[in-house]
Amino acid sequence: MSVETAAEPAVRRNRLRLSAAQRGTLIAVAIFVIMFGVYGWKQSVGLTPNIINTAANKGALLALVAMAQTLPVLTGGLDLSVGAVLVLTNCLASNIVNGDPLMTTLGVIGVLLVGLVCGAINGVIVVYGRLQPIIVTLAMGAVYFGIALALRPQPGGSVNFDFADYMTRSTFAVPHSVLLLLAVVFFIWIPYRRSILGRAAYAIGSSEQAAYMSGVPIARAKLLAYALSGLLASISGLLLTAITYSGAAKAAIANDYTLNSIGAVVIGGTSLFGGVGTAIGSIFGAYVMRTVGDLLIVFDINPVLQPLFVGMVLLVAVSIGSLRVLRIKNKLDLFR
Amino acid sequence: MNPGPVPLLQAQGISKHYGGVRAIEDVQFECDRGKIHALLGENGAGKSTLIKVLAGVVQPDAGIILLDGEPVTFANPTAANDAGIACVFQELSLLPDLSVADNIGITHPPRRYGLIDHGAQRRMAEAALARVGGENIDPNTPIGELSLSRRQMVEIAKALARDPKILILDEATSALTAADVEKVFTMLRQLRDEGMAIVYISHRMHEISQLADDCTVYRNGHNVATFPTGTKSDNAIVEMMIGREYESVFPPLSETKPEGKPILKVADLGWQNLLNEISLEIRPGEVVGLGGLDGQGQSQLLLALFGTLVGVTGTVEVDGEPVRLTNPQRAKSPEVGMALIPEDRKNEGLMLPMTVRENLTFAAVDRVSRFGIIDTEAEEVAIGEVVDLLKIRSDGIDGPVGSLSGGNQQKVVIGKWLMTKPRIILLNDPTRGIDVGTKQEIYQLLRRLSGDGAAILFYSTDYDELIGCCDRVLVMYGGAVVRTLHGEELNETNLVSAALNLPAATAKPAAGQNGTRAGRAAEAS
Amino acid sequence: MASLAATAARHIDRPTLVAFGCIVVLLLLGALFEPAFLSPVYLVQQLQIASFLGVVATGVMLVILLGHIDLSIPWTIGIGGMMATGATGFLGPELGVALAIPFGILCGAGVGVINGLGVAYLRAPSMIFTLGMNAVAQGLMVWHTGGFAPQDRATGLMRELTVGHLVPGVPNPLLIWIILGAVTIFMLTRTTLGREIYAIVVCFIISGACAAATGVLLAGWANRSYQAMGDPYLLPTIAAVVLGGTNILGGRGRYIGTVAGVILITILQSMLSVIQPQRFFVPLGLEMPADTFRQVVFGVVIIGMLLIYGREKLVR
Repeated sequence: MSVETAAEPAVRRNRLRLSAAQRGTLIAVAIFVIMFGVYGWKQSVGLTPNIINTAANKGALLALVAMAQTLPVLTGGLDLSVGAVLVLTNCLASNIVNGDPLMTTLGVIGVLLVGLVCGAINGVIVVYGRLQPIIVTLAMGAVYFGIALALRPQPGGSVNFDFADYMTRSTFAVPHSVLLLLAVVFFIWIPYRRSILGRAAYAIGSSEQAAYMSGVPIARAKLLAYALSGLLASISGLLLTAITYSGAAKAAIANDYTLNSIGAVVIGGTSLFGGVGTAIGSIFGAYVMRTVGDLLIVFDINPVLQPLFVGMVLLVAVSIGSLRVLRIKNKLDLFR
Repeated sequence: MNPGPVPLLQAQGISKHYGGVRAIEDVQFECDRGKIHALLGENGAGKSTLIKVLAGVVQPDAGIILLDGEPVTFANPTAANDAGIACVFQELSLLPDLSVADNIGITHPPRRYGLIDHGAQRRMAEAALARVGGENIDPNTPIGELSLSRRQMVEIAKALARDPKILILDEATSALTAADVEKVFTMLRQLRDEGMAIVYISHRMHEISQLADDCTVYRNGHNVATFPTGTKSDNAIVEMMIGREYESVFPPLSETKPEGKPILKVADLGWQNLLNEISLEIRPGEVVGLGGLDGQGQSQLLLALFGTLVGVTGTVEVDGEPVRLTNPQRAKSPEVGMALIPEDRKNEGLMLPMTVRENLTFAAVDRVSRFGIIDTEAEEVAIGEVVDLLKIRSDGIDGPVGSLSGGNQQKVVIGKWLMTKPRIILLNDPTRGIDVGTKQEIYQLLRRLSGDGAAILFYSTDYDELIGCCDRVLVMYGGAVVRTLHGEELNETNLVSAALNLPAATAKPAAGQNGTRAGRAAEAS
Repeated sequence: MASLAATAARHIDRPTLVAFGCIVVLLLLGALFEPAFLSPVYLVQQLQIASFLGVVATGVMLVILLGHIDLSIPWTIGIGGMMATGATGFLGPELGVALAIPFGILCGAGVGVINGLGVAYLRAPSMIFTLGMNAVAQGLMVWHTGGFAPQDRATGLMRELTVGHLVPGVPNPLLIWIILGAVTIFMLTRTTLGREIYAIVVCFIISGACAAATGVLLAGWANRSYQAMGDPYLLPTIAAVVLGGTNILGGRGRYIGTVAGVILITILQSMLSVIQPQRFFVPLGLEMPADTFRQVVFGVVIIGMLLIYGREKLVR
């Protein structure tokens, strides 16, 4: 015989409620707007279309890689090879994205395919090898970087001029790279999010055991997440080639993008534990990371100190996110 | 309802081993349309494993499953779902970060142009929730924000959303409020009348006698008997389950009244608006119960005493000395000597991937070590003592604790705390979801501990337990103690009326009611 | 005899055996190309090189055992080296030379303190927090050197530490690694620290100190500290720990396994630089940098090894 209980209050709420992920994204947007505003204000020439274009392009490079990073993170994993795939596709593009329009188009398709395949390989090893993503992507990153080195032992190469120009210019002061980001969001991210496999990624990150018991298609969802991640990184590789007109296999570049993509993802409100977050937040997180460097220049701080500031921003962002923990009343909650 | 010539679901010769341990061996099962079939047995008897085989979560090593006479195999839960079998598991299969609607529609959402149609999905969720009586749950709420009871309702709604032919419920009502249990029962009866086959695992005998048409008892991974409900007495069933003579009395109370100074004295304890000026005293050797409706502050009181809550007001004295209980380390320390057996053993009590040995020493690492170096011999001796005391069944204490049955896990949790030789033991609904045999062992243990001088404070939602085990019961309402019951007054009627904060009953308990301890003692003699 | 076997069983598990097995296989394979592979001189030299990796891997293993990770290794190594060689700038000419080594290690421990506090008390995810710390450490060192290559030289003691032989026949770095290893094994199996899973701060401090110690050794070896001296160590360190059987999620792992992993990686790298597989591709008209092979083989080997014994159990 069990005890009676008091009636539980109705839970229906009618007011607008923001999910945790939406709140995170809004915060990232707010931070970015403030920072960029300060940047523009401090610019001696103001926010000219040129300044906006440069900032947009630089940020878009990281934004795409950050979007790439978001997908595996949603499933509760991590992709330490995104920077290497970026460099690999950059070097490849500097070899094959040139010539007449037909060759250029084929080259672009080839590069995207390579990115997709790299991501898919990661996914296959994670899913069927049953290995931890952080180790798999760490090791595969080395492999992809090695291939990049073989493609471009020395920096060089070229890219179809029209293609590069189109990717990097602005029309009526709107940078094409921003339009590219919008296109990626509308044609890749949003459909993905609303698809069964996309939602399955969130489910896996939330609780893989419960997802299995619920019959969620775990293998396919993970494969798609990693494959798309490779694809997005390759789009960034194309953009990088368009900006630099060349390919370079430098470990520093790969590391920089990988690490910054993780920072961008965190600032954008995605949880490193999986199950919560959006790629849109990661875009703004990426722009926040890049604007830090710009702010340093504009405030006449020795650019040599940039890594220091970027690191501090990262630490502060993570600490703020974790500070909510200090407000928890029941310490046992921490162990849930 | 006319059953067909062949039972809807049959399982024959099912066996499953985990490593060297036999979970089930050559097990049979049958159930029919329009019937509710209950599975009974101790924890570890194999019921959960059988269910997991039927639901496609695990693959059997041997045996066949027949659906309407046709052999089927389920490689994964999806296959079983597609075949019309839906299962509500004890460990819920809900995704905490996703909404109720997303969870209900997780595998087969309504779609538009290949993408999920969230509007239609929400309507589908509302319909499913209404069917189980959960209309007041907002489908857009993330699961993580719902109480355990609500989550279980959603879990049931999710199972029903795909219109299964067979519904399996594994301890599906253990976390539900009593009102919700009634709703679920009504719904289950209706579904049965509509022709669904229902398989129901529960430890609550009265639920089974109310609900089930047939029963099957399992023990140690084998079938024992199958019979229509009502044809065997409760005692006979329990004997089948535990395989030995069973006496349904609680261990006798100590003859001597506890004397001396209270070891725990609490004055005006408060926390937010969930605990209101609580004062109590417990003497060494006393077993004090906490009763009352769910959520009146009983768990919070125990957590506050153990130091896990921040911002607690009031004073606490242990052995006459005032203590500031700011964290569990302090409560655990030898000077204070408290232990807390928590509500949610999987998350709060045990480190599941670690071995039984590691879990046992975890809490007591200070006592088997000096200057930071562990004395491995002392460790072995201490562990051995506890394992013997609790009769923990395990094929070696170096196996992962996650593979033990629920009851055995709970015993490991208790064992873990006994290693610290506590003087004050706090228990937060310790026997929920535990089989009858293990419950008995736990009651015996508590008696022994109090006999050895420990003070015990014990929250339970089970009247029989409160009446049978405690010297007195403090009934809580609205975060305060509204009545204290002991001796003759400690009976069901008074527990209920005090829980509802009604004035004390003046009439004696009705004749024939066996709710008092005196009544039970009279019966047993 | 039985107790010896029991002690061995407590320390060695299957992944460790596989790792040691692979070391033997690699050596035999290498000997096919270059018989000198099996000479004692060469083997001792390999162990000496391995010691650098072994010291930093010790600290990282502890952190991984806790279920965390320390990605601030690269620049903590840098801090160790640069602070040791630059100690005179902080402590003056007298103390700066005498205390160069402890100063370097202490600075690394300081990084560890911040990591530990962030992870233990703020509950920040260790991956991202240590990542941030790595960038901060880099920033501090870049600021310290003004963006130029560091000009400081190593002290005499630092040189001695890396090229000397306190015990005849045993290079000093190897000796240091052995002592460190023995202490670590004792700590893990016999002390409460080893059982106390919440010793987060302490383990991060040890990780920082070990990384800094490696930096000190590197600086002693090269007679100076240099830019990005720790960057090549991150991947090999984590790989060594994981190849040695420590579960990346924590909870399981034996130090001997890490030892095996470190030696395995060192030998692999040596083999590649001796055999120079890219030679074989030249006739095909492919010019490949040596690094390509190092990277690809590295990655493939790690994944291959893990597929053999690092897979998650499928409980179905």
